[in-house]
Parts: sequence; structure tokens; C-alpha cells
Amino acid sequence: MSTAELSAPRDGAPASAGGVALARQARPRNGVLTWLRLLGSELRLMFRRWRNLALLGVLVVLPVILGIGLRISMPHGGGGGGGDGPGASFFAQLAGNGVFLSFLALTILLTLVLPLVMAVVSGDSIAGEAGLGTLRYLLTVPAGRTRLLSVKYVAVVIFGLAACLLVSAVSLIMGAILFPIGPVTLLSGTTVSLADGLLRLLFVTLYVAAGMAALAAIGLAISTLTEHPIGAIAAVLVLAVASEVADNVAQFAVIHPYLPTHFWLSFDSLLRVPVDTTSLLHGLLSFGAYIVIFGSLAWARFTSADVTS
Amino acid sequence: MGTGQVSTAQVSPGPAPAARPGADGGVEAAASPEAAAAAEPTPAIVTAGLTKRFRSGQLAVDGLDMLVPRGSVYGFLGPNGSGKTTTIRMLLGLVYPTQGSHALLGVPMPAGTVQVLPRVGSLVEGPAFYPQLSGWDNLARVDAADRTADPGTAKARISEALERVGLLAAKKKHYRAYSLGMKQRLAIAASLLQPRELIILDEPTNGLDPQGTREVRGLIREIATDGITVLVSSHLLAEVEQICTQVGVMRTGRLVFQGPLEELRARGAARIRVTTTDPTRAAEVLGKLGLADVAAADGDASATLGDQAPEQICRELVYAGVPVAGLDTPRPSLEELFVGLTGEGFDVDG
Repeated sequence: MSTAELSAPRDGAPASAGGVALARQARPRNGVLTWLRLLGSELRLMFRRWRNLALLGVLVVLPVILGIGLRISMPHGGGGGGGDGPGASFFAQLAGNGVFLSFLALTILLTLVLPLVMAVVSGDSIAGEAGLGTLRYLLTVPAGRTRLLSVKYVAVVIFGLAACLLVSAVSLIMGAILFPIGPVTLLSGTTVSLADGLLRLLFVTLYVAAGMAALAAIGLAISTLTEHPIGAIAAVLVLAVASEVADNVAQFAVIHPYLPTHFWLSFDSLLRVPVDTTSLLHGLLSFGAYIVIFGSLAWARFTSADVTS
Repeated sequence: MGTGQVSTAQVSPGPAPAARPGADGGVEAAASPEAAAAAEPTPAIVTAGLTKRFRSGQLAVDGLDMLVPRGSVYGFLGPNGSGKTTTIRMLLGLVYPTQGSHALLGVPMPAGTVQVLPRVGSLVEGPAFYPQLSGWDNLARVDAADRTADPGTAKARISEALERVGLLAAKKKHYRAYSLGMKQRLAIAASLLQPRELIILDEPTNGLDPQGTREVRGLIREIATDGITVLVSSHLLAEVEQICTQVGVMRTGRLVFQGPLEELRARGAARIRVTTTDPTRAAEVLGKLGLADVAAADGDASATLGDQAPEQICRELVYAGVPVAGLDTPRPSLEELFVGLTGEGFDVDG
């Protein structure tokens, strides 16, 4: 869109008669560079905010506690843990290889903590600026509504990616310290090299970040509806948890594939040989659909709404 | 409100004389290409029938025909809740009008937002910045959002803007630690980051102490001497009176007066007031002389002076045996005129 907005000055025909000198000042600069400058400002604001840093701190502390706890409780010579699902199988593998602490940490944090982090940053994105009143100043600069929205979304997605990478990295380090590390035995029983295992971990992390980007799109849309960031944050979190609950009720099986959280844990197919690409693609398709639909809703709302905050 | 009350036509230096059949016609013509082709500059702000009805059904602004000439300092007056802020939000493209149109610096809005707003500085409904950032960082944030701003000159421009409002010494202080006056000045600094042709200040002295008010007033004067058009809204007449060349007065979403300040002043008809021990007799004489609005009070009698000479009236009074202790011809103060236009204090309509 930013190109469309940039081309606007040409068609203001009746306008700039009074100001020949003015056209010079108001000449738009390179659209991509100015967009990146605003993104840089947004990221600085986001990563320098104490609340957001505290959230990232939680994402560092939890894998550390998880690793230490598992190390202490683990009986010698074998994996434990009951139940089913990918968490249990990761747990079983952990005794043999520290890399699995990363998968385990991602799986556990995906149920509540990572959605909470995304709810906070995405719910706050527009509503926070509206609540502070800074939104009206950004828009009269003018930052451009579509341009601002796109910068906000990309910044939130980057924050989500950073959060997922942080969880993976910290738990990988903890895993390496507390557990043996070496060639990785996958869930399908195949053993691959450590490098292959780490590459798979990277893809798993990116897949989880894609799921978070889908949640962020929902958060962005909700954030355009209100000027109370707390309300938006709570709404996003409630939505994510409700979706996870519905996903666990067998009677709702018919809607399961349409739930935003349904494919979040499908990354375990990356830990098998051969990789089950169908479920991964379904997941990515679902995330893409959520991003397109809620991104459009956010755009439609934000570009047409009166800013009275 | 009759359109006759709104004297847009006389105010306009912009449109060609031929395009001034009346108040409404003048507004139309100003935005037309013909008017723009003329050597005279287009008005800084023109609105035609600008209307905003909120979804709640509340009619906040009702058919506003506003004209702010280039280079003027336009005082936008009206009691709280009269629609000033909604109008300013519409001018800046924050709120979309439900009817009517407007142009800033000759550019139709809101279509021309991206084109024209970089040339317009604004302060809307009080300052708003990130409390955790310093004054400097807050301005850097505003500058980063501006796609016409040159990042290479950002430091110099931020310094200059802070210097201009006297905040350079407090540039590293967190915004949350600023006093209200400093916050207000930071908002003005943000509007001065780029060269502007029009500056819109909504209640810039709201909540300031007398010193702060003086400082802001001085700043506005300084901005205006640079040839920048300034629109400053206020519910305080005294504030506007000292710096403005033009005034627009709003009441319940409508413009009840617009024109040069002197024109508003001239509207106040002078009265004649006789201080006497016999007000009844004095009132009788004034009535016989054909004066309007005769009123007798305790200790004086008064009437609208009209075109009669006060000394003549005095002589008549003395002939009639009225003991004249004093005689004066007071004109209503601007404030009385203002209150006359906008209604008394507690009369919140709408």
C-alpha cells in the first residue's frame, strides 16, 4: 500500500497552487527506507519497554527451571513421564539427548506463556497508542494508517519470532549443560546427526513463530477495536485459551481444523523420518488464512475508524 | 443560524473578487482551480458544510463554513463541548466528516492527507507522548514516522525544535517527569520539527499557570511572525484576544461569528448610562428621545446610544430636571460579546 499512498501527491491537481516552494518540502522520500525507519523506531520502542523485557525474561527463566527440575527428578538410566501427546514422547527422549529440552520447552510454553506474550504485544499494538493518545500524533505526522498498521504487525511478528528463538536457544543451552548431547534419535526411531537435529530445531522454532504470527493477526484486529490495551490483551488471551480448550473436546471434532491453535503442535512431524509434510502444510495454510482474514479485518477497521482518543 | 451572520466573504483574501457572491459562494470558489490559478495564495483552511454526526446520533459539528486566510492567526473560540476539537480532528483527517468537505492549504482532505499534513503542524487535545522515553527520544519517534523527514538532519532538527521551546536542557529527562507546561511545549516542539505553513493548536494553554500561558502565547506570536498561519482554539477569550487577527466563534456545532477581531468588537453597540437619583425620570426622557432598550435600575438609567450625540442627550436630561450625577457611554467588552454569542456558562446545549 505504501506505494499507493506515495503516489498520491501527483493527483492533487487543484491543490498546490499557493505553494510552489511547498512541494519541495513535502516530497516523499524512498518508501521502503522510510518504512524501515519507522519499523526501527517501533522495534526500539518495543524492545526497550520494561514490560516486554520482563516477558522475555520469563521466557528465559522458565526453560532454565524446567531443565533443572527434570534433571533432578530424572531417575538414572531412563526417561519417565506418563500421558500421551508430543510432550510425553519428547520427555522420553530427553534422557538420551539434551536437544529435546528445546522441543519440550516450546511445547509446554505454547499452551499458555507464548500466547500470553503474543497477546500482550499484539493487543497493545494499536490500542496502546490509542490509550496513550500518541496514535493521533502519529496519524497527523502523518504516518499513514495502512503504513502504521503494517509496521505494527511486522514488529509484533518479529517480537514473536524473537520470543520463540529465545526459548529454543536458552533451553538448548540448558539441555547441553544438564543432559548428554550428540546424534539425535528422532521420534520415529531414526538417528540423525547433531547438525541435522539442530536444523530441525530451527525449523520447529520458525513453525511455532508462524503460529504466533497468526495469533498476532487476531490480536492486531482486536487491538484496532478499542483504546483500552488491557481489554484487547485479555480478549486475545481468552480467545487463544478457548480455542485450545475447544481443541481438546472430542465432541467439537468437526471444528477442530478451523481453530487457530489446532496446528500449533503439528511441528512434531518435523521430528520424524520421513517428515510428514501434509500436516505441516495444513498448519501453515491455517496460519496464512488467519493472517489474511484478520489482517484484512484490522486494515478495514483501522483505515475507516474515527480516531477520537 | 442565518448565513448572514458568518462573514466569510469579507475575510477571504484568497478567491478572486468575482467568485464572492456571498458567504457560501466564496467557500466553493476558494477550492476551485480558477482561484488557485490566481496570484493570491489559497486560504490555509476552507471548509464547506462540514458536518459530523457521531454514531451515537450526536451532532457534534453542523454545516461548518470556515475560512482561515493565509498568514492569519485565527482564534477558534467556543465553550467546551461546542465542537471545536471535533472540527480540528476532522481538519486533520483523524475523524471523517459525515457531510461536507474541506481543504488544507488548497489540498482536499482527507484524500490529500499524505500530501498536505507534512506541511501542517498540530497539537490536538493536549500533549501525548511515551512516558518512558525522554523528550528527545519522543521527538525522534515522531520524526521517524514522517516519511518526508530526512534522517540525516533529524538530530539538528530535533535540537532546533527543543531549543525553540526552551526544552533543550531537559532533553534527556523522561517525559513522565515533565511538568504540564513542559509537556505542552514538547508537543509544540513536535509540530516545529519540519518547516510548516500551517500550525493548528487545540487549547495549547489548557492547564498552564500564568507563566506557562505567557510562554505559549509568546511562542505563537513568534511562529506567526515567520508568516506561518496559526489556528489556535480556546475556550478562553482573553487568550485569543491578545494574539489573534481573525476569530471564529462556535456554539453547539455551528459557527456563530467569523471575521476579523475588530469586526467582532465593532458589533458591540454603545450604550448611554446616566447616573442619577431619579432613574425613572431619566428613563422617561431617554424614551422620549427615541432611544431603544431603555432600562431603569437602582441609581442609573441606560439605553442604546444609536447615532445620537451624548452631549445632546445630557442637555435634554438637564432641561427635563433630571439630576445628572454622571454620564458615560460604555461599549460591551469582547467578553460580553463572546458570552452573548455562545450563551452563559451553564447553558450546555447538546
